[in-house]
Amino acid sequence: MESETVELKYPVQPVFSQADLMADITTIREAIAGLLRDGDVVAMEGFTHLIPFAAGHEIIRQRRKNLTLVRMTPDVIYDQLIGAGCAKKLIFSWGGNPGVGSLHRLRDAVEHDWPAALEIQEHGHGDLSNAYVAGASKLPFAVLRAYAGSDLPKYNDQIKFIDCPFTGETLAAVRSIQPDVTVIHAQKADGKGNVLLWGILGVQKEAVLAAKKAIVTVEEIVDDLKAWPNACILPSWTLSAVCCVPGGAFPSYAHGYYQRDNRFYQAWDLIARDRDAFRDWIRTHILDTDNFEDFRRVLRESSARSAP
Amino acid sequence: MTPAGYSTIEIMTIAAARLLKNGAVCFVGIGLPSTAANLARLTHAPDIVLIYESGPIGAKPPVLPLSIGDGNLAETADTVVSTPEIFRYWLQGGRVDVGFLGAAQIDRFANINTTVIGDYKKPGTRLPGAGGAPEIASCAGEVVLVLKQAARAFVKKLDFVTSVGHLDGGDARGRLRLPGKGPVAVVTDLCLMEPHPVTKELTVTQLHPGVDREQVRKATEWNISFAAELKKTAAPTETELATLRDLERRSKEAHGSTAS
Repeated sequence: MESETVELKYPVQPVFSQADLMADITTIREAIAGLLRDGDVVAMEGFTHLIPFAAGHEIIRQRRKNLTLVRMTPDVIYDQLIGAGCAKKLIFSWGGNPGVGSLHRLRDAVEHDWPAALEIQEHGHGDLSNAYVAGASKLPFAVLRAYAGSDLPKYNDQIKFIDCPFTGETLAAVRSIQPDVTVIHAQKADGKGNVLLWGILGVQKEAVLAAKKAIVTVEEIVDDLKAWPNACILPSWTLSAVCCVPGGAFPSYAHGYYQRDNRFYQAWDLIARDRDAFRDWIRTHILDTDNFEDFRRVLRESSARSAP
Repeated sequence: MTPAGYSTIEIMTIAAARLLKNGAVCFVGIGLPSTAANLARLTHAPDIVLIYESGPIGAKPPVLPLSIGDGNLAETADTVVSTPEIFRYWLQGGRVDVGFLGAAQIDRFANINTTVIGDYKKPGTRLPGAGGAPEIASCAGEVVLVLKQAARAFVKKLDFVTSVGHLDGGDARGRLRLPGKGPVAVVTDLCLMEPHPVTKELTVTQLHPGVDREQVRKATEWNISFAAELKKTAAPTETELATLRDLERRSKEAHGSTAS
């Protein structure tokens, strides 16, 4: 029998095209209001570099509650969110104030349930970073050679041991992290919302691709990213919102734009040690300010007053 | 400052730096380990390769980084990779010779606690946690620990084993098939300890100048043993001291210079 040739009326197209979904270029206020809900699992990444502080402040300003916060190094950004009462759970791997000492709000929550009890799920950097890789790969878990003899898996039921199906070796498995919302800060976006970041990249790319929704704040929006091949680019269609917030990583740093404000990290130690001092600071600097620019203005004024 | 004209922290840092061979690939923790590793790089080990867990490989920071992800690490590195890659390809891939770590507490087999003092669920003191140490402690070719010696830090029993040393001693690491050799030295402000070749129990092999056995005993909760041939740490050379002090002075200036 002669085969019948069927002529296609249209070139085959997927019914749904991800590339049609471009990020909204919007304000951080609108992005948080529209995309981040009470009770969400939220990852805000940036390994000392490019920490999305402006977005963190906006979450506090909008009084989000019961969040599960994920971050390898909670840093001052999560100390603020935890102390302000936004979190019910923290997933992390190293919870100190880098170069300074303790995160006092984190410790107060864990040690004394203030302002509320905080559930913790604790990892090491190797397994948590690879839990994001598994999340971005939409795998249920990541596998690594770790934790033999360590007490961590006894207190974290998201770390288990499995036998390798090929060699029989015992390996550690960590459940993948797939946040409802990931928030990062980057250097540049173009007018379509494609994002470029460079320098120390930590797990930002993995955290974005692991998430259902992603918000990126950037230092500037330019006509052309002028990116080199292999540059770390997050295409607009992988993101939900892109917001221009110059200085939005302060007091951490943005490579090529400004340095880390080590004095702020040192000053934070004194503010965060005391519950009343912390509450006053949050009220004056975040709750009573309109946006990040306003926060910077109020901080300049309060720093000038407290300077010797 | 000792009568000899250097502090106990300085001799600790210098003694730790001396352990690093030129050309070694070294995975560096922040704080004292980073200071010692950079001192090594600026003195006898110019070709040492420093890896920081935030992603820089071959970092040559002009001043000491205050955090593990400072910009000067990225600017001076041979390459900067993502954090998952650092742990997957480089550390777990067996490309690290020495893991250089600090600790809040260790026990006689150099197991490490950086998680909690007291009960995990009702902590007396909550410490920062694991960071990259569990994977470094299991996968680095060998591990060097640097920490100040005190009875509350060198304890009989850890409240929490964050990262493994020699577990319960002997060939425990081999039985668990851990890839690296584990701790080969612990450098303190009083002495240098090494695991006994068979039992793996930490043994004092070297006392810093001016330190006696009694001081070490008092600063150790377990009954510490001393090697039969106890050596004395060589006093810092002029170059070592001058380089360390210059590095710390420049670092202090750099870190205090950015105003809000």
